[in-house]
Amino acid sequence: MEFLKPPPVRRLSGEETPGPAPATPDVPAPGNGNGNGGASALVGRGRRRIVSTPLAIDRMHADELSVAYGRKLAVDSVSLPIRQGEVLALIGPSGCGKTTLLRSLNRLTELSRDVTVSGRITLDDLDISAIDSTALRRRVTMVFQQPNPFPMSVFDNIAYVLREQASRRPKRSALRGAVHDAVSRAGLLDELGDDLNHPALRLSGGQQQRLCIARALAADPEVLLLDEPCSALDPKSTQVIEDLIVKLREDVAVVIVTHNLQQAYRVADYVGFMYLGKLVEYGSASQLFHAPREQRTKEYVRGEFG
Amino acid sequence: MSTVDLPVAPPAPRPGRRKEGQSPPWRLRDRLGLGLAWCLGLLFCAVAVAIVVYFLIQGIKYVRPSLFVTNPVTTANGTSGGGFLDPLLGTFLVTAMAMVVALPVGISIAVWLSEYGRPAALARVAESTIEMIAGIPSIVLALFGVLLFEAPVLGFLSSSAGGVVFGRSFFAAGTMLSLVALPLVVTNVRAGLEAIPNHVREASYALGKTRIATTRRVLLPAARPSVLTGAMLGAGRVIGDTAIIVVLLGATLTFNAAGSTPLLSTLRGTGSTLTYYVFYNAPTGEGNQPSRAYAAAFVLLVIVLALNVGVDVATRRARRLLWSS
Repeated sequence: MEFLKPPPVRRLSGEETPGPAPATPDVPAPGNGNGNGGASALVGRGRRRIVSTPLAIDRMHADELSVAYGRKLAVDSVSLPIRQGEVLALIGPSGCGKTTLLRSLNRLTELSRDVTVSGRITLDDLDISAIDSTALRRRVTMVFQQPNPFPMSVFDNIAYVLREQASRRPKRSALRGAVHDAVSRAGLLDELGDDLNHPALRLSGGQQQRLCIARALAADPEVLLLDEPCSALDPKSTQVIEDLIVKLREDVAVVIVTHNLQQAYRVADYVGFMYLGKLVEYGSASQLFHAPREQRTKEYVRGEFG
Repeated sequence: MSTVDLPVAPPAPRPGRRKEGQSPPWRLRDRLGLGLAWCLGLLFCAVAVAIVVYFLIQGIKYVRPSLFVTNPVTTANGTSGGGFLDPLLGTFLVTAMAMVVALPVGISIAVWLSEYGRPAALARVAESTIEMIAGIPSIVLALFGVLLFEAPVLGFLSSSAGGVVFGRSFFAAGTMLSLVALPLVVTNVRAGLEAIPNHVREASYALGKTRIATTRRVLLPAARPSVLTGAMLGAGRVIGDTAIIVVLLGATLTFNAAGSTPLLSTLRGTGSTLTYYVFYNAPTGEGNQPSRAYAAAFVLLVIVLALNVGVDVATRRARRLLWSS
């Protein structure tokens, strides 16, 4: 059960570059066996789950993807797979292109002016530029940094997704089951009870964000994109959402962009480290955090920049 | 005062009445300025209260229930009797007509300016046009309306005799009054739409919704308080307008229907509103029945004040439901 106790990252990297390593506090002895043993500065808490699900299905592929705003290259020929059954975390300093990469996966980049996208993204082996953007965005849904429920009731927030465009049909009674389903998948049903007519904007921040996740799940997507979903939330809500993310990966491929290295460590199976638009390193979470191949990754993971 | 000798003396507290933690007193000029601001503020409050109280007293003195249910009667010697039933109904009718035109048009313009705005040059032209309409005196709009509705093509909207179109009807006045309300509707709805953070729109797009669906189901419902504010402010302006009523509504104290179809004949005919009734019965007007003028002015004031309270409630509700920024 050695993998239950991830060795602290600082010590590992310190072995290879014995410069700043002694400055870090000593590592507590491994062996309390609950995954919380390695309490280094980086690894605040144990991984949420350790064994990757055996069934990882390829959902999306980015292939030599480049995105530019005007002349400024934001994403520079990035290739990576997105698999169902796994959580992929994109980490990197501000402005490194991770959010842009995420937004190009459901063609949300098209909303900004002056954007050029080159390369290829496939969803189930189909080029996404060949899919109608509204259809694509129902298959690849997204949750944003700010909790942004619509100013209506919890029920209507989700019913809006289930209905066709601006249509008022199907009626509320016909949607009750599907709405309950989505709310319970996001773990909100216990808290809200049957009061789904509660105004969404009166919920707490964490509940609002879970409502946004419920909304994104209501479309029954294949891929769920999360753009720093916890950065506006308190630690407790963050924990609830992280648990939720881990649970969700069985049914949908999850991609999460995060500034928070601990969070990436806790939730991700695979991690991509981006810097200046390039995907510097991509690998399993334990490999990337404990034995990064690239010097840049090592420095970032150790908190030397970013 | 400290008597201990220190290398660097601590700042000695100034002797005086000031306590610890109190800020230094203001300079004389600042105090005078503040006092002046206070006085002016109180003066405006006093003026507003005086107007309301004066008309309240006059109103209570002269308002009779019978005034609301009888029509104005013009007697042979030029003085008038009766109540103001028709002018009151005329006020509601002409306001409703103006808003029926101004609301959909105004909301559409605001949505286009805020959500599409392209081509940018056209948007800028539309924007300054709206500002220009807001600046046109309503008497000028009224004269333009006369030119417009006297055109034979639009003759079906008012009464005509022997090929001469009079161009005075509820249709004519309502249409021109909608231009008075339009800028207020556009400005408020647009401000309401632009106050919605962009990530809310993106959230809707990211769920596979089109721009139209987003506007219809998310943005406009979210901007509903602003739509209400714009509508009520616009209606307030329409209710208070006199020039267009005098010129384009024919200024007949009672409804003068044109034709025989029940509602249509009224709308094609002439009439008046409370503002004109006040104008007519004012001590300087033709009717010269001050008591009736005061009573009507009181009713007018109550209507406009009610609208203002409505605006207040709407904006307060809007402020309560804001997204975390």
